[in-house]
Amino acid sequence: MSLPLISVKDLTLSFRTDEGLVKAVDQVSFDIAPGEVMGLVGESGSGKSVTAKSLMLLNPDNAVYDPKSSITLNVDDKSIDVFSLKKPSDQMIIRGGAISMIFQEPMASFAPAISIGEQMVEQLMIHSTMNYARAKEISIEMLTRVGIPDPAQRFGQYAFEFSGGMRQRAMVAMALSTKPKLLIADEPTTALDVTIQAQVIDLMKDLVKEFHMAILFITHDLGVIAQTADQVAVMYLGKLIEKGSVRQVLRNPQHPYTRGLLDALPRLDDLDRPLKAVEGDIPSPLDRPSGCVFNTRCPVSLGSECETIIPEFTTNKDGQQVACLLTQKEEAEA
Amino acid sequence: MNEPIISTNDLSVHFPLTGRLFGEKPVVRAVEGVSVDIGKGSFYGLVGESGSGKTTFGRALLRAAPITRGSAIYNDGEVKYDLSTIKKHELTDYRKRAQLIFQDPYAALSPRMTVRDIIAEPLEVMGLTNSREETDERVREIAAKCRINLEHLRRFPHAFSGGQRQRISIARALVSKPNFIVADESVAALDVSIQADVLNLLKSIQQDMGLTFLFISHDLSVVAHTCDHVAVMYLGRLVETAPTRELFANPRHPYTKALLSAIPSLDPDDQGNPLKLEGEIPSPTNPPPGCKFQTRCRHSIDLCRKEEPKLDKLGDEHDVACHRWKELID
Repeated sequence: MSLPLISVKDLTLSFRTDEGLVKAVDQVSFDIAPGEVMGLVGESGSGKSVTAKSLMLLNPDNAVYDPKSSITLNVDDKSIDVFSLKKPSDQMIIRGGAISMIFQEPMASFAPAISIGEQMVEQLMIHSTMNYARAKEISIEMLTRVGIPDPAQRFGQYAFEFSGGMRQRAMVAMALSTKPKLLIADEPTTALDVTIQAQVIDLMKDLVKEFHMAILFITHDLGVIAQTADQVAVMYLGKLIEKGSVRQVLRNPQHPYTRGLLDALPRLDDLDRPLKAVEGDIPSPLDRPSGCVFNTRCPVSLGSECETIIPEFTTNKDGQQVACLLTQKEEAEA
Repeated sequence: MNEPIISTNDLSVHFPLTGRLFGEKPVVRAVEGVSVDIGKGSFYGLVGESGSGKTTFGRALLRAAPITRGSAIYNDGEVKYDLSTIKKHELTDYRKRAQLIFQDPYAALSPRMTVRDIIAEPLEVMGLTNSREETDERVREIAAKCRINLEHLRRFPHAFSGGQRQRISIARALVSKPNFIVADESVAALDVSIQADVLNLLKSIQQDMGLTFLFISHDLSVVAHTCDHVAVMYLGRLVETAPTRELFANPRHPYTKALLSAIPSLDPDDQGNPLKLEGEIPSPTNPPPGCKFQTRCRHSIDLCRKEEPKLDKLGDEHDVACHRWKELID
């Protein structure tokens, strides 16, 4: 098997706060192959954004990475240890070079007083040796590519002159203009209307094919995941609890939490099915449950076993991975 | 449908824009000529993209937005008010009968008040109780109904998660025993696993207390699961309204069809159909002539660009505003 584009191993990360160390991500491991779309699903507070930001070392200064964590980026026949990149000049490869990111709130991601075009040109000139004229040409080409009408005129406009959907397109254009190998998309469609969301999803699918780029797609919307991702990883309270291909995870979820999520989702094809909520609330990260992190809300908890033993990942015969004692027991018996 | 508790006729809300010295002042036509009946005890859904005027419409029904033209009659059997001409003392009474649940449970609760004080405030402001004991009694009763742990009443909102906070906002809206509730995107800020819980709570309270809900949402699958009637708005206009099942089974307006097809399917092999909408919703200060949807409609013809369609009755309480709906039935 060829090398994965990025390999995250045992990523553990806490934040120093006034109330002590708060664990945000706990032993998360995953690989993304070149050209693969990996969906990262979870509720707010599950640590999905923090995980993604770790790939670009963008977490705030009070973040403490566990020394066992490792992130390896494999580009151009080189393996780069992300945590060894200390100087800003070294970090350019993970910040806009090989990895780009688009954010949830497109209004907050652009500088309000600099035109969209200037911002696109600026980052192109930082990441390559091209001159202004060439950078402008490429930027306008990218704006055209993402379907912004009249790109030459739009180039000189400011973020407030763009509508929400346009801004997100411009954001995609900007992130892709340096031709990154990995695009991190953090809830890129959450702030958009469904009709605009559908346009942005189509656009991203086209671009993946065209540029052969991998995407780490973070969202809480399982429908968006179904339409975009190849692989899915489900997070809960900083832990990865299930991983597999999109068809496996959505059609045959193994972890009780994943099942609960799918049952809680209103579906248009079955209006008679009552909505089943996942009981209880997400525990505070200050007060993480012992044992399996989901045991406080789990409908099929085994009691004391689940409260003490932290379940390991096991892989079933189809390659789907799950961290749940009950599922593992059932599998062993079958 | 039951007797309507809210009945609007040609309801319009316009906001004048300032900043121009001469000539005609530009006006935002946020809601334009909307006529609907909301049956007593129904869970009435209102959907549309941002900028379609659904929030303004909901606010107009609470008189939190001015009514520029048309009428809105509130009639709960005890009292009958015309909201466009309602008098001040009547409005005070109306506030007890109609309430709002907000979208963002993090912004809607004062961080300096305890949960008990937040829920009790409407009672105190409206003078609905005579003693502190009575207020406490009412607060505990409604808190239990909204599944708020009674021990939590002394705490401050910062200690609670989104779902818990939303239950507190719901308790506050219900404590004055209203008949009509506007829930504006009340589950949009919640996670999926919590959203189902709050929806189920709203449903059970509605049946318990015989309430009428106007449920404003941009999420069609949520509306499909909770509401019995749905109205679709576009650029301030009502474009289609029908009982939920009917609307989702037989959408007639091209905009409704497009909205439905834009929902991403949970099946990875179902790549959706090619009904995707191009472009974005036009600005309400400068709406296109004729049908407001014609700029994005694939079926638009000359007539659509000239004349604004009226609501056509299809029977079965199904109304649609489209010149061509008959031809477009597959």
